[in-house]
Amino acid sequence: MKALRTLGLLALLILVLVFPVLISPNNVVTDMAVFTLIYAMAATGWNIFSGYTGYISIGHAVYFGVGAYTLALICQYWNIPGGYLPFLLLPLVGLVAGTFAIPLGFIALRVRKYAFAVTTIALMFIFQLLAYNLRGITNGSLGLYLPPPPWSSDIIDLPFYYVTFILLLVSIGVSWRIRHSKYGLGLLAIRDDEDRAFGLGVKTGPYKLVAYVVSTIFVGMAGGMFVYFIGTIFPQFTFDPIVDVNLTTIAFLGGLGTLAGPLIGAVLVVPLQQWLTLQFGGSSLNLILFGSFLLVILLVMPRGIVPTLQSKWLSWKASRLKGARVSATRQERPALVDRKEG
Amino acid sequence: MSILEVQAVSKAFGGIQALDDCSLVVEQGTITGLIGPNGSGKTTLFNVITGYERVDTGEIRFDGRAITGETPARIFGLGIGRTFQLTRIFPHLTVLENMHVALPRNIGGLLKHWGSSQEQRQAMDLLDFVSLTSLKNEPAGNLSYGQKKLLEFALILVAQPQMILLDEPAGGVNPTMVNELARGIRTLNRQKNITFLVVEHNMEFVMGLCHMVNVMHRGTKIAEGPPQAVRKNPAVLDAYLGV
Repeated sequence: MKALRTLGLLALLILVLVFPVLISPNNVVTDMAVFTLIYAMAATGWNIFSGYTGYISIGHAVYFGVGAYTLALICQYWNIPGGYLPFLLLPLVGLVAGTFAIPLGFIALRVRKYAFAVTTIALMFIFQLLAYNLRGITNGSLGLYLPPPPWSSDIIDLPFYYVTFILLLVSIGVSWRIRHSKYGLGLLAIRDDEDRAFGLGVKTGPYKLVAYVVSTIFVGMAGGMFVYFIGTIFPQFTFDPIVDVNLTTIAFLGGLGTLAGPLIGAVLVVPLQQWLTLQFGGSSLNLILFGSFLLVILLVMPRGIVPTLQSKWLSWKASRLKGARVSATRQERPALVDRKEG
Repeated sequence: MSILEVQAVSKAFGGIQALDDCSLVVEQGTITGLIGPNGSGKTTLFNVITGYERVDTGEIRFDGRAITGETPARIFGLGIGRTFQLTRIFPHLTVLENMHVALPRNIGGLLKHWGSSQEQRQAMDLLDFVSLTSLKNEPAGNLSYGQKKLLEFALILVAQPQMILLDEPAGGVNPTMVNELARGIRTLNRQKNITFLVVEHNMEFVMGLCHMVNVMHRGTKIAEGPPQAVRKNPAVLDAYLGV
């Protein structure tokens, strides 16, 4: 079973690695692939905070934008040419986003659940306004341009694809490490009953803030990657509610708080969205079709794809084992407590 | 020797005086009952002792030190564990994961996997004590009502408390299990010298288990003594039956 799983993951890894080479030069598809990976990384980061703690942030676009502007401004001030150098700056970009997140997270985390979500939206719009109006730094609505990458047009997507893939692997690694640590267990306990967790000695304040900051580092790097790939940066497309909607949609669809959820969500949502826009964008039919797709998934799998399939799998396994197990355990120990209601 | 002293504590919620100049003492090593009609302030008293509510006036001393106004986490760390009337466990975590949330953590071990061998043994021993070993990988939300109570009980034992406050431990638990529970409490009291303060409406349970019983009515203590004496106290009969 375990060997089968490792083999499957290895096959998947190889597929992801050779995919753009096989498909190249087909920029429509490789563009989609790069956007998918960027969003998969951002959603994995978002999930580290919102998925594990249950505090739904609808304002992580703040850090997407901060990351984007940071990269653009660094390239501008230091005259950095297009090429691999901007990629190397991405960790720095992530740290800058994380630094912004310390005071902002501290403020937003004064409140809980719905109030928290509303506060994060407000933060996002404040930053959008700042980006429009701090013209000395951001050039306002005229936007900024990033150095054009030097690669020829038929292979231009490949460096973006592979570098984003590496960053995605890092984000998955961090998320996995946290999910299986004592710290992550504390975050999950906060999601279930924050006061109880606090009463049992979980330092809820620092726990939440650290997860918030870690998650913004990945969203910040995704923002930097996004604008370098696009080449231009405008306030309305970086501090953008659509970024937040995409992140939450991806994570909810795949399965909130699961490791694979944001990945599966991104692979489904981003290409579908782009393909629909390409096919039906002229008539805006794409939005209706995309909305219908989300509604169908919500109807069939209200908890998201991964948790629904997981519980289906478990109950299938349980039903197969049932016959043997019932006779063994029930005789050993008479029912000591009331049966479960219903 | 007293382990817990509540001195003239008052607490109001809006116009309701939930605790009104309430004082009581719990002796070290006893199982002490706390009874009283609904709304007499028993759960509020638990909440102010464990730091979930702040007192308006008065002082609470545990093991000789004032704990008034401390946080729930701090009080838990000092050695007072509690269970809740409506059981509070983490429904989406497995039974074993629940146990590990309560196990003390140090900053260096935070990023390690939660199931280190020593902790694992400690958690499993306690699960064994409450007969939940076979359910360790089940999400706690799937447990029955009684099993959740047992899990919550095991959760607070993790921190090796000196004193445990139980809020209606026998409510909704079947009779066989109630006896099992009483036996567990007695064992812990005798072997580990844990002091218990128990709120319970099941009089048979209280009278059979407790060394001392305190009776509350309208936010204050109206009687105390050994179970047999309290049972015949006119003030108590009045509170339960009179007007």
